[in-house]
Amino acid sequence: MPKFTIDNREIEFQQGQTIIEAAIDNGIEIPHFCWHPELSVSGNCRICLVEVEKMPKLVIACSTIAAEGMIVHTQSQNAIEARNVVMEFILINHPLDCPICDEAGECKLQDYTYQYSIGESRFTENKVIKQKHFELGPRVIFDGERCISCSRCIRFCEEIAKDPELTFVQRGDRVTITTYPGQQMDNPYSMNTIDICPVGALTNKDFRFKARVWDMSSTDSVCTGCAKGCNINIWVRNNEILRLTPRYNQDVNSYWMCDHGRLNTFKFVNGEDRINSPHIRKEGQLEKVDWDESFNEAVTRIKSYPKDEIAFLGSAYTTCENNYVLALFAGSVVGSNHIDFISHLDPDFGDDILRKNDITPNKKGAELVGITPSKSGLNFEGMRKAIKEKKIKALLIMEDDIVSSVKDIENVLGNLELLVVLASNFNKTTELADLVFPTATFAEKNGTFVNADGIIQRIKPAVATVEADRALDGFEMSRLDKFGSEFDRWMTGAKMDAKPGWKILKSLSGLLGKKMKFNMAEEIFEDMAANIDAFKGLNYDDVGNSGVKLKTENIENAVTS
Amino acid sequence: MEQKAVKRREKDLKFWERIYIPEILKGLSLTFKNMVRPKFTFEYPEEKFVPSSAYRGRPVLVEEENGEERCVACGLCSRVCPALAIEVQAGETEREKERFPEKFEINMLRCIFCGFCEEVCPEEAIVMSKDYELAFSSREEGIYGKDKLLVPANQLQDRIDFLRQYK
Repeated sequence: MPKFTIDNREIEFQQGQTIIEAAIDNGIEIPHFCWHPELSVSGNCRICLVEVEKMPKLVIACSTIAAEGMIVHTQSQNAIEARNVVMEFILINHPLDCPICDEAGECKLQDYTYQYSIGESRFTENKVIKQKHFELGPRVIFDGERCISCSRCIRFCEEIAKDPELTFVQRGDRVTITTYPGQQMDNPYSMNTIDICPVGALTNKDFRFKARVWDMSSTDSVCTGCAKGCNINIWVRNNEILRLTPRYNQDVNSYWMCDHGRLNTFKFVNGEDRINSPHIRKEGQLEKVDWDESFNEAVTRIKSYPKDEIAFLGSAYTTCENNYVLALFAGSVVGSNHIDFISHLDPDFGDDILRKNDITPNKKGAELVGITPSKSGLNFEGMRKAIKEKKIKALLIMEDDIVSSVKDIENVLGNLELLVVLASNFNKTTELADLVFPTATFAEKNGTFVNADGIIQRIKPAVATVEADRALDGFEMSRLDKFGSEFDRWMTGAKMDAKPGWKILKSLSGLLGKKMKFNMAEEIFEDMAANIDAFKGLNYDDVGNSGVKLKTENIENAVTS
Repeated sequence: MEQKAVKRREKDLKFWERIYIPEILKGLSLTFKNMVRPKFTFEYPEEKFVPSSAYRGRPVLVEEENGEERCVACGLCSRVCPALAIEVQAGETEREKERFPEKFEINMLRCIFCGFCEEVCPEEAIVMSKDYELAFSSREEGIYGKDKLLVPANQLQDRIDFLRQYK
């Protein structure tokens, strides 16, 4: 491999790499605003100027191809002075309104001002006045004065979202960004521009002014919006999710996620319609009861049916762990062969960037852990028929609102004598249920999803339920979480009385006379790893933060469809 | 090394000390001197103590003449507060400074009157007042919202001038 020297250190690089790429690969930081690893090189911010020996002028590290034997200095007098000057230049027209700006705390310009600027300006004239609070699109707000014209958003729309909508207009210090005439920045990936904007010029309409970034905790997780399983961070303050941001994973989503996933997959966690404690239907109305009463009721009623009259529906919306325990519950506790789940496909949703037509996060996982009818068992269509004919009298549905998504199922479910629903929010299916158990959402439990490409990824709890404790259960904690007390109003966010689906099933199976030994999701995963080929040899540590690709041959063997 | 205290015994006393009367007079003269000295105690609460502008009483928010707060809800006071007494929830307004505190609460049970909030404030919006009368009878009452915190700027001119001079 060819080598070059940077800051007296000899580093290897691949032919064709730029100086900045080689430096970052070797852990050397070169500041950059306009350069982004996934976007084309624009070279207009000039902050990455470095000194290369035998070159007449300083060069920008982002567009200079590294060459054998090159000697680069990032910390020489000339390079440092150049950076100071560039910072001074960028700050000429950048308003000093960090206290008002939402980007504060995660702003590249703020960080670099602290690191690379001398903090003095020779500029005594007035700053340019530009448009503030301009809606570039339905989800993104643009502040022209804060923009440093790095063109990352323009390049993102062209290159990643494949939908050129933005452009520079005007020249010199009056340059600003706008959409093409008659257009809006409304592509399904538009909000990624907010993340890549190095300053607070582009802000999130949904999140604007809701919280300071340093007041929130951020938890690594996975988006549940579709089968892609984009890696995300869940940002929580006062036990409430305030925003999701994409998390880098080259094998899955790179740096991006779609706007649908970012906006529509978390609000139900703090929704008004969350189910708080179990409910039993008494005289036609669902009534709040305590856990013991609901467990006993469920067990007595399940016991009253022969095992062939009970069917189970797993879910592609919930974790492998939940589905695995449901399969165990159906098979070895109740002894029913009727178990299936429903795939939810939306042919209009997918595209060839990230979004998949399968709008559930864990279809593959549900298949792998055995949510498929065995030979003598009924699949969903079979169950439907059998319920109509009153051959199946009891149905347990886990975390899937089938009434909203399956046509004409409502009347069929009316034929059931017992409908047990495990759900996180009240929905059309719980309206028909005789027994409702509140379940923890994806943001409240540990678990794994297998995405469309066969990559298994972990979700981690970010929001505490009644039974969870942020500190004892190893949650990510913000400063406020660490030092708050029960008397602080900023610590009293609502906690739901809900449990992960597998815990509910475990309690039920205990009462049915077959104890399950699992105490935490990790133990279920160990059991899965021991019993299911596709997961063989894996544990939570292996899956880690970036997931593991399951061996293809194992998947093919396991998935019969 | 600890030094041994010298104990004065009766036999060590000098003659004038031994006859006792001059010493009594000395003591009485001190008593009388203090009797006629000017008083520095107050008949509190009838008479109030007015602190100097350097005094750090309870932190308050500066209210402009038009009734709006100066605060832009940046959250720096909340961040710097070593006792986590301050909670700010920002909101959006139509004003030139587009951010304002929808909620601004100081938990006076937590506040330690250090003045860091005042020092860090980029807008001169939170200052330490001269108010030291902070009695309340429940935890809930101890949390001061915007209604209690906003004080017109002209009442705080003293402190603001002090800050401009020394901060």
